[in-house]
Amino acid sequence: MTVTAQPAVGEEALPGATGPTPRRRTGRVRRIALPYLLLLPALLLELLVHLVPMVIGIVMSFKELTQFYIRDWGAAPWAGFDNYSLSVDFDAPVGEALLHSFFVTCAFTVLSVGLCWLLGTTAAVYMQETFRGRGFLRAIFLIPYALPVYAAVITWAFMFQRDNGLVNHVLHDQLGLTDSPSFWLIGDNSFVALLVVSVWKGWPFAFLIVMAGLQNIPKELYEAAAIDGAGMVQQIRRITLPSLRPVNQVLVLVLFLWTFNDFNTPYVLFGKAAPEAADLISIHIYQSSFVTWNFGTGSAMSVLLLLFLLVVTGVYLALTSRGRRAADV
Amino acid sequence: MRRTRAAAASAVTVSLLAAVTACGGGSSTEGGSNDSPKTLTYWASNQGPSIEADKKILTPELKKFEKDTGIKVKLEVIPWSDLLNRILAATTSGQGPDVLNIGNTWSASLQATGALLPWDAKNFGKIGGKDRFVESALGSAGASGSDPAAVPLYSMAYALYYNKKMFADAGISAPPATWDELVADGKKISKDGKWALAAEGSNPSENIHHVFVLGKQHGADFFDADGKPDFTSDGAVAAVKQYVDLMGKDKVIAPGNAEYAQNQSLQDFAKDKTAMVMWQTAATTLKAHGMSDDEWGVAPVPVQSGSPGADTAVNSMVAGINLAVFKNTDNIDGAVKFVNFMTSADEQTILNKTYGSIPPVKAAQQDPAFNTPALKVIRDTLAKSAAPLPQVPNESQFETAVGTAVKELFAEAAAGRPVTTATVKEKLSEAQQQMPKK
Repeated sequence: MTVTAQPAVGEEALPGATGPTPRRRTGRVRRIALPYLLLLPALLLELLVHLVPMVIGIVMSFKELTQFYIRDWGAAPWAGFDNYSLSVDFDAPVGEALLHSFFVTCAFTVLSVGLCWLLGTTAAVYMQETFRGRGFLRAIFLIPYALPVYAAVITWAFMFQRDNGLVNHVLHDQLGLTDSPSFWLIGDNSFVALLVVSVWKGWPFAFLIVMAGLQNIPKELYEAAAIDGAGMVQQIRRITLPSLRPVNQVLVLVLFLWTFNDFNTPYVLFGKAAPEAADLISIHIYQSSFVTWNFGTGSAMSVLLLLFLLVVTGVYLALTSRGRRAADV
Repeated sequence: MRRTRAAAASAVTVSLLAAVTACGGGSSTEGGSNDSPKTLTYWASNQGPSIEADKKILTPELKKFEKDTGIKVKLEVIPWSDLLNRILAATTSGQGPDVLNIGNTWSASLQATGALLPWDAKNFGKIGGKDRFVESALGSAGASGSDPAAVPLYSMAYALYYNKKMFADAGISAPPATWDELVADGKKISKDGKWALAAEGSNPSENIHHVFVLGKQHGADFFDADGKPDFTSDGAVAAVKQYVDLMGKDKVIAPGNAEYAQNQSLQDFAKDKTAMVMWQTAATTLKAHGMSDDEWGVAPVPVQSGSPGADTAVNSMVAGINLAVFKNTDNIDGAVKFVNFMTSADEQTILNKTYGSIPPVKAAQQDPAFNTPALKVIRDTLAKSAAPLPQVPNESQFETAVGTAVKELFAEAAAGRPVTTATVKEKLSEAQQQMPKK
């Protein structure tokens, strides 16, 4: 015990230092360390599950990794930046296809996130009013979110079939909107088909999150605004949207990342070879690595995608948090 | 606020980390061991009408093997769409099955990974020797000049199935022998919602099989003698154009077939919507769709002129399934015993009879069951006019790259846009530039 009662060397050197007594300090160290200690297993697992494969992926991107080496990829020869220069050589077919796929993905993401957010927010605002059947409607709205992705998307694939699908049956046979049945799963329309399924699948999440956010806005604010003569539009603009700001910040970011990386929807809808118009980057990278067995190039493309998402997310977070600080002042 | 930011930060971290795909490193043991001599895992490809049907067909046979040798076989039937990915994953991790089915066109590609047990003279000796097998089937078991990476299990070839009633309705007495005849007959049939020929336009593998055969008929191989891709030769371009023209120009394939990839062709055929389909062993599936055996006939796939024979009169690829052993199996002796059992004349007769395929084992071909009119056409094709797909390490990439190009060209044709020699050449050139350089 005498050892613990002695002051630490560093403190002894500081004359007149009035720190906490060592016993109290040990207690504080324990108190501070405990949460980290409890987090440690999760942190280690996280490292194992995410960071290790990521590092391996980065290493692979510098290797010439084809079928000759996948059994023992450590033995694959180093490729330097070859995989990267191949991926960003936009005049050659590989780079050109990657760039095309990147633009398709950007357009798709902007439209899908925008529509999901708009639909979700509109529905959530209307669902604030109490009316008969509200609970039922809310439950209905959440069905797309609750369904297993594979089952839902394959159903859409059936509905989009040209000759026997429900979509053409309604648009062409019943409403007569098109001269001849359209293709939805090949050709240019495939982008629309992909967007429809993505929004259908994604908007209930926006609805759920915005609905939760709305619960936190005090009723009094609306009452006060109404007394001051603010109409519905003004209430939404001045109260609802600013109050939802932090919620929307997370929502849009999460939707963006999910949509940009979405693999399941195009894969189930189109199979391994997506039509050019709907060639999302995730499936493009999948094809580059797993279908053509060029894992080095695929990894390089993945790393480029990661860098892009990091930059976009960083800029987004910086912009939104500055905006919020300004709003707080 | 702080909580929101924390939530945002963790959401970002998780999503970003998930963005990088990677697969783990593999262990590399050379050759298998006999650490667990009493069990085997077998990945079977989906051969029958469904996975359940395959389990029902294979389980009693595996029980026989267990009774003979005391080795229990754990069966997993894997759908075609997943099989190659599963094999790749198993190759990378080293955690694969002991014995597995591979599509015979993948043989050289998978051989290049070094994960499969080579069938040298010693190994072949354990299963009764190389001479037991039909030569063309062995030709699709690995690159020429090296020991096969697998052993042939079921052999198949393409044939032209035709719907007798639709032919009679159109006043056609015999199936077409040349493409010109097919187009002429096709024009008589293709009207009032009925179509002459079926295609699976969105299925890259299916596309590649037909385009390869047409390529042979035009004198093109798609790979040069050094194994380098050669997709843009005049013959290759002519072959692709001829196939897509059947929809775009000749209008004997329904535009809707451009999006087919799930064997919808056979349904259309069984429902009298399409009169002809080029297929490997369709009998079981046609029966499952309610079509009886006397409603359809089988003829060789058309050639450019004359009759099927050598070189330019090739009218099928050598299709089939091979049986391979994973090099790092824990039961190497058992695995070889299992291959011996599956390729025994008795088992070959039973299994090929059930699946409607042709045994690649000569002794089993004698059974009268393989002498039906339909199987006789396929047997003759295999013997006389079928060529194996290029047995090069890049075969798998070739299937995807060219098969996808054909899929896109079909989409153009289906939309009513012209598919010219120039557009075909451009697509094939893009496909070629996507092939790995080495």
